[in-house]
Amino acid sequence: MINQLSWKVGGQQGEGIESTGEIFSIALNRMGYYLYGYRHFSSRIKGGHTNNKIRVSTTQVRSISDDLDILVAFDQETVDLNYKELHDKGVIIADAKFDPKQPEDTNAKLYAVPFTDLATELGTSLMKNMVAVGATCAVLDLDINSFREVVQEIFGKKGQQVVDKNMEAVKAGFDYMKSQISADAVMQLEKADGKKRLFMIGNDAIALGALAGGCRFMAAYPITPASEIMEYLIQKLPALGGAVIQTEDEIAAATMAIGANYAGVRALTASAGPGLSLKMEAIGLSGITEQPLVIVDTQRGGPSTGLPTKQEQSDLMAMIYGTHGEIPKIVMAPSTVQEAFYDTAEAFNLAEEYQCPVIVLSDLQLSLGKQTVEPLDYSKVEIRRGKLQQEELPEIENKGYFKRYEVTEDGVSPRVIPGMKNGIHHVTGVEHDETGKPSESALNRNAQMDKRFRKIENIKFNTPVYKNAPHEEADILIVGFNSTRGAIEEAITRLEKDGLKINHAHIRLIHPFPTDELLPLVKSAKKVLVVENNATGQLANILKMNVGHAEKVTKQLKYDGNPFLPHEIYTKCKELF
Amino acid sequence: MATFKDFRNNVKPNWCPGCGDFSVQAAIQRAAANVGLEPEQLAVVSGIGCSGRISGYINSYGFHGIHGRSLPIAQGVKMANRDLTVIASGGDGDGFAIGMGHTIHAIRRNVDVTYIVMDNQIYGLTKGQTSPRSATGFKTKSTPAGSVEQPISPMEMALTAGATFVAQSFSTDLKDLTALIEAGIKHKGFSLINVFSPCVTYNKVNTYDWFKENLTKLADIEDYDSSNREQAMQTLMKHNGLVTGLIYQNTERPSYQELLNGYSETPLATADLQLDEAHFEKLVAEFM
Repeated sequence: MINQLSWKVGGQQGEGIESTGEIFSIALNRMGYYLYGYRHFSSRIKGGHTNNKIRVSTTQVRSISDDLDILVAFDQETVDLNYKELHDKGVIIADAKFDPKQPEDTNAKLYAVPFTDLATELGTSLMKNMVAVGATCAVLDLDINSFREVVQEIFGKKGQQVVDKNMEAVKAGFDYMKSQISADAVMQLEKADGKKRLFMIGNDAIALGALAGGCRFMAAYPITPASEIMEYLIQKLPALGGAVIQTEDEIAAATMAIGANYAGVRALTASAGPGLSLKMEAIGLSGITEQPLVIVDTQRGGPSTGLPTKQEQSDLMAMIYGTHGEIPKIVMAPSTVQEAFYDTAEAFNLAEEYQCPVIVLSDLQLSLGKQTVEPLDYSKVEIRRGKLQQEELPEIENKGYFKRYEVTEDGVSPRVIPGMKNGIHHVTGVEHDETGKPSESALNRNAQMDKRFRKIENIKFNTPVYKNAPHEEADILIVGFNSTRGAIEEAITRLEKDGLKINHAHIRLIHPFPTDELLPLVKSAKKVLVVENNATGQLANILKMNVGHAEKVTKQLKYDGNPFLPHEIYTKCKELF
Repeated sequence: MATFKDFRNNVKPNWCPGCGDFSVQAAIQRAAANVGLEPEQLAVVSGIGCSGRISGYINSYGFHGIHGRSLPIAQGVKMANRDLTVIASGGDGDGFAIGMGHTIHAIRRNVDVTYIVMDNQIYGLTKGQTSPRSATGFKTKSTPAGSVEQPISPMEMALTAGATFVAQSFSTDLKDLTALIEAGIKHKGFSLINVFSPCVTYNKVNTYDWFKENLTKLADIEDYDSSNREQAMQTLMKHNGLVTGLIYQNTERPSYQELLNGYSETPLATADLQLDEAHFEKLVAEFM
């Protein structure tokens, strides 16, 4: 009996690899298992090796696993590229059609199953993925009837016959594999709790969070790995009267979102690194004109086009410092899909309360990793609009302007939107006085700069650092942000078993940096390991700059395009001690 | 009801005496009053450059953005509040160089915004460099031997991009210009009005006198039909683009907002930000 399993399906891009993984995952998610899927794909539509690695567990998992139990291969390349991940008792289920060869230097056993032939006999070779799903069920001793509901939903609109044929294909794969596999090779999966949970990617949660947070307009330009956000909102916003515009470029996307926010709508733009580079001037405009703006950055391999379909966390510095001049800005970094939902909704509150750009930082692994998510609680989502004036305003004499940039104690000025009587004021990216009129006087410059920065001095942010710090004095404090959380957590479980005292801090508010939260943890740790997917240790450098104790800090960096594996972090910590 | 004086504010423009932009400012103020707007119902969004300052010189809501981006900001404003009248404005560098991509796409998108370009064929605020509207051979600080590039023909470009309202005017023709801006505001969809607005400081070629000599009023062309796109194109080509008046208007094509699926008929800015519980549960159920 096993309580977790790692399953990978691979083949040529465009061959149905994704749907195989999808059907398998949805069915298991409904049985109550926790799923975590990570796709390996290229920036092309057809051809090229692609695979989908799916983790199945009876407890929450947020990382891909170190090794592999089952590899389903639609071509020899999949076998050759992936068999080394299999452990000794692993199983390869390969389509007999390509006459698969058992790799020599592994104990994992290859079974040739006629995916294509069985599917063709039942009507169409397209169903070979269903045969593969059935064969997998035989290895796991899973009841194939659990797949009926999912197959019905996916193929129901094509008619009952198609549904039945697909179920027959599952059964054919199951029966064939059952006849081949020896009893001791069966990996019986512990029963799951049967609870209903969500199965979604981070981008789904970001988009849903935006809707829940009152976002009613989005302007964006397609880019990997951010496009799912706009695609989701294009489907859902019309029912709420809202709209998404696919703009001509990233600059238009950012400035259009600024225009919409200025006029009173909660508006979003989302992109990845290349798009963020183009949005930078607009982000500065949002800062100096104090217009709310929520921007999502789903990090991927850079610079330039870099590794567009691979994991990286290298936009960190650019998101904090990447606009010319200096503006108040908030950069948040959710570390789980749940957080991505709540944080995105909250970003719209912060943008309005502090009247500044708010960047929601994600990364490819978080944005695209499809996983089981505990139910989301809408009652936890608040709508707070800060100093937006919603009552009638007093008349202003002699065509004076409303003091939209009034110097206040907390730095936040009253905000009015176009259309409001007696609220007329000017907005400009030029330094301006309290009414928005251009002013270059040194006195005014200082007053306005100080006012703008005062806004975020005492920012109220719920849980700026996720902490799992049971030790008063830790051997190692591990620090990370975004999607590295899962791999770190699994490494910690193993390290604790080995007797090491490990504290974990995952930074959710990147800027303004939560120094006060981190300082005690850094102080009380013998060593600090900063784990991040980039080549220069951006988070480690920010940590040293803000918190100090540079002598304690070790960087664990990975920039080959792949997410961290738990054993890599485990090994690094063992090296430190 | 507001008069054009209500659209004046207390700010003194920093334009050079004699600049064509003063008339454009006056024409916008008059047109706004003539169509029955109150100052708070108008938002003027502008780019950068001398002309970009115009949003600060009109008593209305005004947004002075970044170079070349007045149009996306203006479209964002209009999408957020369809009841506002939104005027975008800027110079020829703003609209036809750094912001050209936005101009073409705003034209084909057809959001109900009026775009007024103050075209002086030179970069003024940066002190005299060539613009995409400068004539071939035009000598400036950045083209000391004379520009070797072909100037853009904005009106022809607009027609090919699918514009539904294309007009051109000359800043001294205050009455005609005001009427065109009024028509542009009333037009359901995107309206482009290019205004020859001479730069008295840096452009010694395209002067007031030069325009007077070279411009042809479409009103003086017999049987000119502004609903005929083909005739509009031929006339522009024949006169090298130097015509004034309503060049082309298509009143049949609905605006972007009218065509948009599900888009709120009331200003989006007034929409309820809460979802009802059932709606949220339905959204979430799709992920189960």
